[in-house]
Amino acid sequence: METSTEQVIFQRPAALEPVRMHYCPGCTHGIVHRLVAEVMDEMELVERSVGIAPVGCAVFAYDYFACDMIEAAHGRAPAVATGVKRVRPDLFVFTYQGDGDLASIGIAETIHAAARGENISIVFINNAVYGMTGGQMAPTTLPGMKTSTTPYGRDPKLAGNPIRVCELLSALEGPAYLARVTVTKPARVRQAKRAIRRAFQAQERGLGFSLVEVLSTCPTRWGKAPQAALQWIEDEMVPYYPLREFLVAKGLEEEL
Amino acid sequence: MAVPRGKRILMRGNEAVAQAAIDAGCRAFFGYPITPQNQIPDYFAAHMPEVGGVFLQAESEVAAINMVYGAAAAGARVMTASSSPGISLKQEGISYLAESELPCVIVNIMRGGSGLGNIAPAQSDYFQSVKGGGHGDYRTPVLAAWSVQELYDLTREAFDIADRYRSPVLVLGDALLGQMMEPMVLPEEVVDPASLPPKPWATTGAKGRRHNVINSLYIDPPQLERVNLRIEERYRMVEANEVRWAGERLEDARLVVVAYGSAARVSLTAVQQAREAGIRAGLLRPISLYPFPTQAIRDLAERVQAVLVVELSLGQLVEDVRLAVEGRRPVGLLGRTGGIVMTPAEVLGEIRKLAVETGAA
Repeated sequence: METSTEQVIFQRPAALEPVRMHYCPGCTHGIVHRLVAEVMDEMELVERSVGIAPVGCAVFAYDYFACDMIEAAHGRAPAVATGVKRVRPDLFVFTYQGDGDLASIGIAETIHAAARGENISIVFINNAVYGMTGGQMAPTTLPGMKTSTTPYGRDPKLAGNPIRVCELLSALEGPAYLARVTVTKPARVRQAKRAIRRAFQAQERGLGFSLVEVLSTCPTRWGKAPQAALQWIEDEMVPYYPLREFLVAKGLEEEL
Repeated sequence: MAVPRGKRILMRGNEAVAQAAIDAGCRAFFGYPITPQNQIPDYFAAHMPEVGGVFLQAESEVAAINMVYGAAAAGARVMTASSSPGISLKQEGISYLAESELPCVIVNIMRGGSGLGNIAPAQSDYFQSVKGGGHGDYRTPVLAAWSVQELYDLTREAFDIADRYRSPVLVLGDALLGQMMEPMVLPEEVVDPASLPPKPWATTGAKGRRHNVINSLYIDPPQLERVNLRIEERYRMVEANEVRWAGERLEDARLVVVAYGSAARVSLTAVQQAREAGIRAGLLRPISLYPFPTQAIRDLAERVQAVLVVELSLGQLVEDVRLAVEGRRPVGLLGRTGGIVMTPAEVLGEIRKLAVETGAA
């Protein structure tokens, strides 16, 4: 009998369907999908998870994650997740949402799910722009940033100010874990995965609402090459949206 | 607190709705305060804990219907209730529920409109209820009660219809029916949620199977058309199997009043008074507003002289009646709006007038 000395050291996580994703070159959705899937694999969540996909670029996430998936109306994922979790508290329930979905049209659902301490986890992609619809201003678009609806740059006097979601939710009693991360380099990717794992642990331990905000690229709508887009996050977004853990509930500190 | 069963009790319409849902095995309610339906969430808040069910006051009507969407996707029997302006807010969610083929029950205790309107009885959400309501090519079965007992019976049955056709089902009452107390009987038998058939399509964890997806997005037009046509076929089944109506004094009627809900109750009194006055009047009361009792009305139109539609709106029900009658007979309309309920005398006056005009007297 032949013995193989080959060893698999890297493969697609079981929590990801073996399909091609539609994301643009240089978009970091793919990395974040993978991190979520790796954590689901490691925590053995796939068989009892329900994921909620948003409206926006990640709308097709229901085709990518191997767990049961629900496609929600624009902004309503936290309400849909609440419905699932309340009738099936034994299931692991997460949403995956962009900035327009979570912080604009769905800000009420976000704030109230957080205030209730709803025992769900949210992966929040902040790329400061509406990608799917053509590059319009998002609630997180930086001051001065050009988009298709702020062609002269976002003027806060006319178009308002960006929303810092983690800081906003930090004022509430309900959240158990709030963190902002990015995936611009390997060390950052590892930090991001750790944050997602902590968020998922918060739910598994019944501690309440958890959210991980991931500063993400949109090379297509930013009009930047993938490498330049990563650099833009470091240079422009990170100073405005500081990377840190905003809230870590008791019982999570010892994790990792 | 155990409610007495199998004997006449006095119950408020809104409370009967909530008890009906619990008796139907519904263990999840999501809602938002609005008058005149408030006793429905109040009742659930008090009684869901007794049966281990979920009551949650949502931050908005929009959130409530999307919580219903999530709970229905997870396979639960679930319900929400509201009154007219709140139902408008739920329409987006109802459209998604219909296209995603998710069963649930939505109760509308209608009030005066349009806009903020008022909190008095009305039926002005008829179009919104029976013609789809939200965006897209869908329908929802609609059941309309005329008594507290029937509010209970129809709400309970609505859950079975919802599961049978994988569709949201609307139950209509109005401020009068929701607020009034009447004698009614709660049946002895209630549904144990554990006894309900499994829903293999539900998102409950992909254990030992491929993942289930609840979705209403079909980016490819031929695929969306296929889905819509498949759902449309189910509406044909609904139309074939779920038409419900009741008649009073129709056998020898020469003039028929068509009315549902509270308007039908007022009309029945007027029909009885007309009979005493020698006018052969009858009442046809649609109970399912979609599917509409089109054939029953058409058959009747062949043998009566005139049709009078009585509704708490300014000419909504009458459109479906005219489509059924197809010009065979004159169709009159008595509609009141703004939360005004017509009196039996008003209806009788219209019956007399129409009877004289058409020779139905």
